[in-house]
Amino acid sequence: MLTVSINEEDVKLPEGATLVDAVAHLTGRELNADGTPVDGGRLGVAVAVGSAVVPRSRWAATELTGGEELEIVTAVQGG
Amino acid sequence: MTTETITQDIPALQVGGYTLQNRLIMGTGGITDLEALEKALVASGTTLTTVAMRRYSPDTKTSVFSMLERLGIDILPNTAGCYTVKDTVLTAELAREALETDLIKVEVIADEHTLLPDVIETLEATEQLADRGFIPMVYTIDDPATALRLENAGAAAVMPLGAPIGTGLGILNPHNIELIASRANVPVVLDAGIGAASEAAQAMELGCDAVLVASAVTRAQKPTAMAQATRRAVEAGYLSRSAGRIPRREHAQASSAFEGLINPVEELT
Repeated sequence: MLTVSINEEDVKLPEGATLVDAVAHLTGRELNADGTPVDGGRLGVAVAVGSAVVPRSRWAATELTGGEELEIVTAVQGG
Repeated sequence: MTTETITQDIPALQVGGYTLQNRLIMGTGGITDLEALEKALVASGTTLTTVAMRRYSPDTKTSVFSMLERLGIDILPNTAGCYTVKDTVLTAELAREALETDLIKVEVIADEHTLLPDVIETLEATEQLADRGFIPMVYTIDDPATALRLENAGAAAVMPLGAPIGTGLGILNPHNIELIASRANVPVVLDAGIGAASEAAQAMELGCDAVLVASAVTRAQKPTAMAQATRRAVEAGYLSRSAGRIPRREHAQASSAFEGLINPVEELT
């Protein structure tokens, strides 16, 4: 297991986990390798690792090693 | 003439590469009941609605996002809560990635008490976001010089405030708003401060191209009714502006002719 921080909370993920796994873990939705939800529709979330946005197209190729600080955001009411 | 016919007379507005079909942009904050929000949005006829970007929490989920998608309303993410250029650019990048839109409402505030824009940071953020291919719609102070600077920095629309966010004080400086609208080469959207529908009409009469309303609708006692009123006010204001108002005069000007008047009856004593 490895530990990463997601939205300032420590989360344990299996070795070899990628950003797809991290997003699936947080949202509770099953994701395709390209980061789209298996149940269709749009996910509406974005990921930053250490203040740099990682586009969804690179989630699967971004393997986590532990200790990373992830921000996962979505749209909420506002403005 | 039906309302539908009048609405068709109002052309869409081009904001950068984006076509805004309805000139009433709505906000989604200030209301907890999502069902009531949905009714208000539908009643407003809006085609573009703002959201904020926040950390994903299993509680909030993506309910607003799903709702707007279901209603076919385009999403205008904002950078509310940002104080610096760096935070604003990162929030905008996250919004573009999450929501797949180049539209961004740039909102960089100076402090949480007044929520007034920090124009120095706003200007720099606008320039950087325009360079990165965004369509920046920029919340700003009601200052004509600043509006022009933002336009030159790459703002696709300037959005001067009528009054501070959520105050409902209306348009505090109509002269400046009119001046901004008359000199801008990009669309001007009156943003913030509106408290009632009449003020949305006033904004359009002053020459604004569109109006953004959140609290005035979402915090009204009857949000759906206020949404409908504001929709009609924006239409009325647009038509009134394009109809050309009469000049203001010092003295009265009769609209009934004086010729052919009967002789005045002698006063009884």
